[in-house]
Amino acid sequence: MTQPSTVNDESVTYGLRVNGREHGVQAGWLGESLLYVLRERLGLPGAKNACEQGECGSCSVLLDDVLVCACCVLGADAVGSDIRTVEGIGQPDSLTDVQCAFLAEGAVQCGFCTPGLIVAVHDLLDRSPDADELAVREAISGNLCRCTGYGRIFAAVAAVQRERADA
Amino acid sequence: MPDGSATDTATASAAHASATRTATRSPVRGGVGSDADRPDGIPKVQGRFGFSSDAFAEGMLWGRTLRSPHPAARIRSIDTSAAEQMDGVAVVITAADVPGRATFGLDHPDQPVFAADVVRYQGEPVAAIAAVHPEVALRASSAVEVDYEELDPLVDAEAAIDAAPIHPDGNVVRHIEIVHGSPDDASGEVVVDGVYEVGMQDQAFMGPESGLAIPDGDGGVDLYVSTQWLHVDRDQVAACLGLPPEDVRVTLSGVGGAFGAREDVSLQVHLCLLALRTGRPVKMVYSREESFFGHVHRHPAHMRYRHHADRDGTLTKVEARVVLDGGAYASSSTAVISNACSFAAGPYRVPHAHVEGWAVRTNNPPCGAMRGFGSVQVCVAYEAQMDKLAAALGMDPVELRLRNALETGDRMITGQRITGVAPVRECIQAAVDLPLPDDLGGPLEFPGGTGRTADRQHVRRGVGIAVGYKNLMYSEGFDDFSTASVRLELAGDGRPAATVHSAAAEVGQGFVTLAQQIVRSELGVERVQLRAADTAISSAGSTSASRQTWMSGGAVQGACAALRTHLLERVAGQRGIDLAGARRQVLLLRDGEIHHVDEGWSVPLADALVAGPVEETYEYHHAVTEPLDERGQGDAHVSFVFAAHRAVVDVDVDLGLVRVRQITTGQDVGNALNPRQVIGQIEGGIAQGVGLAVMEEILLSQGRIRNPSFTDYLIPTALDMPQVEATLIEQPEPGAPFGAKGVGEPPTISSTPAVVAAIRAATGLDLRRVPVRPDDIALAPSDS
Repeated sequence: MTQPSTVNDESVTYGLRVNGREHGVQAGWLGESLLYVLRERLGLPGAKNACEQGECGSCSVLLDDVLVCACCVLGADAVGSDIRTVEGIGQPDSLTDVQCAFLAEGAVQCGFCTPGLIVAVHDLLDRSPDADELAVREAISGNLCRCTGYGRIFAAVAAVQRERADA
Repeated sequence: MPDGSATDTATASAAHASATRTATRSPVRGGVGSDADRPDGIPKVQGRFGFSSDAFAEGMLWGRTLRSPHPAARIRSIDTSAAEQMDGVAVVITAADVPGRATFGLDHPDQPVFAADVVRYQGEPVAAIAAVHPEVALRASSAVEVDYEELDPLVDAEAAIDAAPIHPDGNVVRHIEIVHGSPDDASGEVVVDGVYEVGMQDQAFMGPESGLAIPDGDGGVDLYVSTQWLHVDRDQVAACLGLPPEDVRVTLSGVGGAFGAREDVSLQVHLCLLALRTGRPVKMVYSREESFFGHVHRHPAHMRYRHHADRDGTLTKVEARVVLDGGAYASSSTAVISNACSFAAGPYRVPHAHVEGWAVRTNNPPCGAMRGFGSVQVCVAYEAQMDKLAAALGMDPVELRLRNALETGDRMITGQRITGVAPVRECIQAAVDLPLPDDLGGPLEFPGGTGRTADRQHVRRGVGIAVGYKNLMYSEGFDDFSTASVRLELAGDGRPAATVHSAAAEVGQGFVTLAQQIVRSELGVERVQLRAADTAISSAGSTSASRQTWMSGGAVQGACAALRTHLLERVAGQRGIDLAGARRQVLLLRDGEIHHVDEGWSVPLADALVAGPVEETYEYHHAVTEPLDERGQGDAHVSFVFAAHRAVVDVDVDLGLVRVRQITTGQDVGNALNPRQVIGQIEGGIAQGVGLAVMEEILLSQGRIRNPSFTDYLIPTALDMPQVEATLIEQPEPGAPFGAKGVGEPPTISSTPAVVAAIRAATGLDLRRVPVRPDDIALAPSDS
């Protein structure tokens, strides 16, 4: 895909490491968020653009293993970091336990918040496998969902916790 | 090609298939009644699903809309020259560049594509820009010079009825009067009055308005967009472009939620104009702030009620006056006020009623469809009245509702007899029979949550109940038909595979799942693919009014039936059987085989398809309805759906903080075609009802939106959401395909008044306005 044009005189060229792969950003505008760069320059539209001010979590990605909103990070500021997006979770032909549980429990409707939630829930369960219900609610409270009322999402998280505890 | 396909045909793997029910008509997996998996589920959890904001085309430009900062103004002049000369700007267009009809609108075209001389609401489009980069488009939009003469905005809906018109069509979009029975003569032994208000709610879907328009090089255009109704988008775009409809081809792109806000045109016309003017693909994505200005909202309501009843609690008369603020343009206000009036007395037997309703224009943001569509606002009022009446009678509020509950055969206040199932009592009983939640937990579960602001001594619990109902499908004579085609053929591996084509907009609700389930049950074919929804096929009607399960479900079922007949005729012809002369059906399609009833032989479906594919198209129409007459009477609606909710809240009365602990519900669903998806609709709808009850409101100041962001317009988070327990009331609806009723809207109707009733019970306050704000509780006058 051809990268979009830029804003004259404010362009910058740099490299980003996303999902273990090096990507080049050619003549990007300095003011572009990491979210814009991922979506519009690198062909990785999995992180979503719902509020673009860090309120909704739809653009959740991991930056050096820290969960961030990609809309609130400048693309050029992510140079040298390991970036992991939803595209780097699971394989095209094999889903992770979290992805399977979201489908089995009915946690997906329109799906716009789903990629951010998949990233956030993986992060939560990696850090706090035994998170209790309130901790789960608090961890997910940064990811807005307008379709589900969260009930099936809680069920999906609990299902993964049970499954991992039994394994 | 852009990432325009709304559906992925991959079948979900068996690892997470969880069919928990037996299909009703055939043993094939994933049929009607099962918890079949969404066909778009896997790409959605992988981040591969193509939403409209993900669309991309080589060489595309970025569009941007310039909007009025004033709610009411005259435009003296617009100078686009500086913007046009900026590097990277391809074009700047205004009203002068609209080649066709200057206006659009769902009900009637009263809204300008761009304001030319008068601005009627803050955020009204004035110009649009296409540029090489979104930042360039943004800078160009600030370089467009618009000279406004500000006017005093008309912002009071009550005053608008008689005020000087702000639009050539006048301020009253529709006035309805319902006179049922003999309201002038009727009275009751007990009378209660109330005045109620509902604030402006936003649909707040997650995926902002977005799309991609690609000129076809021949004067036409292809539009990939998020919408609820492809064909009315196409017709409005074509009219404004001055093109025949076939030159505008609309394809549904992945939709990030809708809830009514995508029924009206937002960026569709602007995008196509920019693409045709520049000859290049143009993409547009609203920011969240622009989204608040770019779509219609739920009508704010002002309602005055008087209920009359006998001492035994029998309702004798309801009087109501309902004023809906439609904002600057008509949108669907005529239908919203019709619903508000039709359902103004609630799901109760009311022998005499007088209801007057207005939908008016003001310089506030335009309002139109949102989940519940007019039924939501009046439910807040009539359910508060029922509680008031119960208190005046010294009667249990549940008992009062049970005593007056509508049932099959009763007439509603529009005079229409309810002929379908009406399990109002069962819904109420189910909601109150579910167990109550535990007592107050630890401090983290108090109102205020992890802010740890509440003090246990000041936390009070309250319980409230509410019941609501509304219509399914469009009303008052509108024929919102749906079309579907189904094709059956041999796949590469020699097995039968079906393909469904429908323009029904999948917005997250799961119609794509139901379409597959219906084909599996009807044809006994497990592999069902879905073509992208587009305007290459005739209309499916709107994804609104809880209508797609019934209407497009009916269309898919009808196409399957026609296809079955076609196949049987083919086999009969091959075998020399005279079907026309037969006195009864001798051939049946069953379990993936065609059987001869008398002779006992059968032909595998695959063999019958060797001669070639079979395809049938079916157009489904619902029963004919009629407009309300001058007394507001008439058989205006097709079918009705009911639900009851019980809410339990904990309130910190000092700080005015509310925690909704639990909502239980009994919901009339007809038959649940996919119970897992039904539960998803119920929980999601309740979340929006809870939001309206305690937090969601577009705050207006002289017509200006003060909180157009997710920082300031709050929707429920995972921490705000109560526990939800639901009982599905399954009584098949006569005449409905598979006996199923739509399930999307009822959860959003009575959940709000149930929460408000619970807050009243906890605080003893006479709360008349939703959303209930902390101030309404903490700063309430002590004598109220």
